[in-house]
Amino acid sequence: MSDISLLILLPLLAAVCAAATPRAAGLWGLPASILTGVIALWLALDVLQNGAQEIAIGGWIAPLGIVFVADGLAALMLLMTSGVGIVVSIQATSWGVWPSSNVSEKAATMRAGFWPLWLATLGALNALFLSGDLFNIYVAFEILGLTAVGLTALSGTPSALRAAFDYLSAGLAGSLLLLLGVALAYSAVGRVDIEVVPLLADTTSGRIALALIVAGLAVKAALFPLHFWMPAAHSSATPVASALLSALVVKGALYVILRISMEGGVGMETLRLAIAVLGSGAMLWGAWGALQATRLKLLVAQSTVAQIGLIAMAIGLAGDNLQQNGLWQAAALLMLSHALAKAAMFIAVGRIAEELGHDRLSGLNRKELRPGAAEFAFAIASISLIGLPPTAGFIGKWILIDGLIARDAWIWVALILLGTALSAAYLSRVVSRCLRGGPHVSLDAHHPPWRTGDVAALGLATSALLLGLASAFPLSLLEIALK
Amino acid sequence: MTSELIYICAGSSLVGLALYQLATDGDMLLRVLSLNVLAIGIAVLIFASARNAGVTDPVPQAFVLTGIVVLVGVTAALLALAERIDEQDNE
Repeated sequence: MSDISLLILLPLLAAVCAAATPRAAGLWGLPASILTGVIALWLALDVLQNGAQEIAIGGWIAPLGIVFVADGLAALMLLMTSGVGIVVSIQATSWGVWPSSNVSEKAATMRAGFWPLWLATLGALNALFLSGDLFNIYVAFEILGLTAVGLTALSGTPSALRAAFDYLSAGLAGSLLLLLGVALAYSAVGRVDIEVVPLLADTTSGRIALALIVAGLAVKAALFPLHFWMPAAHSSATPVASALLSALVVKGALYVILRISMEGGVGMETLRLAIAVLGSGAMLWGAWGALQATRLKLLVAQSTVAQIGLIAMAIGLAGDNLQQNGLWQAAALLMLSHALAKAAMFIAVGRIAEELGHDRLSGLNRKELRPGAAEFAFAIASISLIGLPPTAGFIGKWILIDGLIARDAWIWVALILLGTALSAAYLSRVVSRCLRGGPHVSLDAHHPPWRTGDVAALGLATSALLLGLASAFPLSLLEIALK
Repeated sequence: MTSELIYICAGSSLVGLALYQLATDGDMLLRVLSLNVLAIGIAVLIFASARNAGVTDPVPQAFVLTGIVVLVGVTAALLALAERIDEQDNE
């Protein structure tokens, strides 16, 4: 049963090793990421076969000890993290893996910084997904917060450093609110494991604690209107880091919000409504920002604001899992499809910017350069984000809208459709420019050469596309709860 | 009862002051300082909430201790970032 704790120990140990030997960081990083992925896959299959698992570290059980819980939802999130992480790691090998390889000074600095930060991020995310108590979640968020800021600042440009400063100060304020919430939860019910959430939702002081916890999480998930730090952080980081931040790191906080909302029972209904309202606000605000954006990376980052809004809306509307309406599964599926598509998008944008030398939207058409694989990957990822069939995004939205129609919640259906139309509008700002041929392209225009980034982006985008066809697997995994 | 009320009032006003300063000021050093004030305010609130039973409970103190450790680390990281930004501004 110790394989669950290996999912956290292995990346964290590898992070220490990679930090100690900066020249050979990739040699620790890539195998450790792949090995963690194998363990996550093994755990998911085990959960699918034998049901959810629970382990108490060192034999100390709740309320005092640290408990890890691996149910279907946690296993799916672990798989998502490892899957995206491995592809992004492969992209990161372009900075050189072997200590002897002759790389530029900048690539060597990036490599030495990236691997320890990514491995620690992986360990923290895994700890977050497995944690069975609120205080442990707080600790995991602290590790995650610091490493994510490191990833933001990795490129070392002035804008990235400023964005990292804003990110870290917002993140610290968020986690202090989270800490206060956890402490108040303890004083209200005397325990902090996640099973006390329904007890909290029944008392006034408990509800204040829950509201503080959710507020802290909303800062970390960049939920509107607390998203102010996020577009700058995600758009000024280096593409590999942006992919990890946007696809995975914000999902950690969304996951905890989902978990708390599912456990919360009827006492949390007001808080859920607030989450859904904020989510719809985020959807519109992010779409507006994306329509206004002049830079490609900023557009993608603003679209993350909107997509987080959609997921938060699904979480808020889903209610507790006793209602059995399947809406929370839609939220989980949307998280998964957004992770794949957004990672593909950021890597593709990185490649496009590399070929063009800039990432201004107005300069996407170039006479001497034809669109290449990266533009293609961006288009496929757009299809998944908009939610056209057969992508996983489509299945998620389908389940969500289906459930809402069954409840006669027409306002929410209208909001989701509006959000979808807006996402089609802002993504087509990019896709339509890439599709344009004819007189804009000269006859002797060349295709951009293939790089690792193209393969990584295409792989992620294709898996987002195909996941819709194979969505029976994640859905059957989600069926498995601990109780 | 009165001392409890004093703690709660002091804690919440520290939190309020710090959040106001964070939201309104752009200066980096002031923001680092107001984050520290925020942390202290929250620590005071946690202690106040732990005094309810009349006996001292070690668990909230452990929470605060963890918070302090995190605060020291994050403050160091923030100051390092601020110095890097300052260096680049001067170049």
